[in-house]
Amino acid sequence: MRTRRAARAGQYLALLAYLVFLAFPFLWLLSTAFKPPRELGSLHPTWIPKDPTLANFRQAFDEQPLLDALFNSLVAAVGAAVVAVLIATPLAYVIARRRSLLSRAATGWVVVSQAFPFVLVIIPLFLVLKNLRLIDSVPGLIMVYVVWALPFALWMLVGYVRAVPPELEEAAAVDGAGRARTLVSVTAPMLAPGIVATALFAFVTAWNEFFFALVLLKSPEKQTLPVVLTHFIGAEGVADLGPLAAAAFLATLPSLVIFAVIQKRITGGMLAGAVKS
Amino acid sequence: MTLATEPRRPPRPRPTKRAPGAGRGRRVLDHGAWFLVLPALLPILVLSVGPLLYGIVLAFTDAQSGRTAPTQWIGTLNFQDLLHDTLFWESFRIGLLWAVGVTVPQFLLALGLALLLNQDLRLRWLARALAIIPWAMPEVVVGVMWRLVYNPDAGILNETLRDLGLGDGRDWLSGLATALPAVIVVGVWAGMPQTTVALLAGLQNTPRELHEAAAMDGAGAWRRFRTVTWPAIRPVALAITALNFIWNFNSFALVYVLTNGGPGGRTRLPMLFAYEEAFRYGQFGYAAAMGCVMVAVISVILALHLVGRLRGGEER
Repeated sequence: MRTRRAARAGQYLALLAYLVFLAFPFLWLLSTAFKPPRELGSLHPTWIPKDPTLANFRQAFDEQPLLDALFNSLVAAVGAAVVAVLIATPLAYVIARRRSLLSRAATGWVVVSQAFPFVLVIIPLFLVLKNLRLIDSVPGLIMVYVVWALPFALWMLVGYVRAVPPELEEAAAVDGAGRARTLVSVTAPMLAPGIVATALFAFVTAWNEFFFALVLLKSPEKQTLPVVLTHFIGAEGVADLGPLAAAAFLATLPSLVIFAVIQKRITGGMLAGAVKS
Repeated sequence: MTLATEPRRPPRPRPTKRAPGAGRGRRVLDHGAWFLVLPALLPILVLSVGPLLYGIVLAFTDAQSGRTAPTQWIGTLNFQDLLHDTLFWESFRIGLLWAVGVTVPQFLLALGLALLLNQDLRLRWLARALAIIPWAMPEVVVGVMWRLVYNPDAGILNETLRDLGLGDGRDWLSGLATALPAVIVVGVWAGMPQTTVALLAGLQNTPRELHEAAAMDGAGAWRRFRTVTWPAIRPVALAITALNFIWNFNSFALVYVLTNGGPGGRTRLPMLFAYEEAFRYGQFGYAAAMGCVMVAVISVILALHLVGRLRGGEER
């Protein structure tokens, strides 16, 4: 009994250590974002700002085109999520329902596409988009994001489609519903939650993305949030900490909220997609 | 690939499916299916498969940005140059150090956390909630955040060290000796939750009865882990470490924000190196060759890792 209790205590201690490790950087970001410049310059920084202020947020918007960046990020992420789900869902359906050469090729592509470093893809993409005059434009970025988010979206969606029993579709067919009709009124409603989760995940992926945006967007008014964030850090690596923290916090909020909502579904999707084949 | 079985649903026999291999004579797809597949297939071919092949081709040319003269085939010249490019191999070495240095602790810490979360402990919900933060955060923000932590004057790390009487702290990200370890800690932090979730899912597929039976037989915690838990989560563990290794080796944003490869190239990962080569100096062909070498070496390492691990499994 005694060793058991000691083990329990050890477990709680370990869990506590994990909690601290996971949480403290984020708490420090929050604390910095609400501190006035005087406290940021002090040699003995405190966890809790002595007099919290919103000045950093105002200054962040003054220093960099944050509103533009927010808008660009939003357009890129929504565009990528919608297009990715629109084109991935039918493909996922085919992969899940039929065993064909194509399904296997698509699965192979999902795996292989994870292994390639972005450099090998970005240089040709850069040249292709340049020829299409889509460089330095948000629509061009959306195209890249769609393809980039596709493997995981496909992975999740295949799992969700497999969870819809084919017997239901067969029953509808027996009742005289055509194929399109079956898809629209039987399959689609059952898939809807999975599709929403996938779209939200694609949104976060695109919202957070940095490398492609850095290479493809040059004009300051067209850049997305992560790229603009790096402008707060000067060439010498010296940063205006307060506004930087404030802007970073703002950029994280949408992703955090969405993830909190869909966390269960993502893990479910990850597993469901990883079906034995 | 067998990553995990479907959770919660018992495996259902598929009455409509023929045995594998029986459908060889069938058409690949019928017309309706093509209609469903094409919208995704085209962008994949044009924006993913195409560029990849194009990228490999570029590695054998002297392509440069903003040049008017036509690009020419130069055979393996880029690769010969690479072979003698000590800066690149130094960067490659740092890349491997970083990838191993992040992937291994990431896995061990994630395994520990997953085992804890699999227990009946209070505060589990809090850990799950906190684990979302590194996972959902944009990599750039992770970098920014840790810059605040590591900041020599206003950072919490040095302040804590001062409070504990452990000296004055230092400038972690610009010290030659501390930069790489400091960056590795951030990498571990950022990737831990995803690994934890994957391992936890694997753990929850472990049959409870086996555990109880082993406990009845008087097996200690370590033995139960070795004989019951580990075999059950092994496939997941293998897959996630392989993926983590690839992702870490190819990572860019974190280090770009934290140190931008400095000080003195001590944290210049191969991706940063190739990025500069391509988009600062405009050497597209040379950078593409670097990409090819990265893929090749990573593939070999992973193949060895997986083959070794799989063989180890059979011997048991």
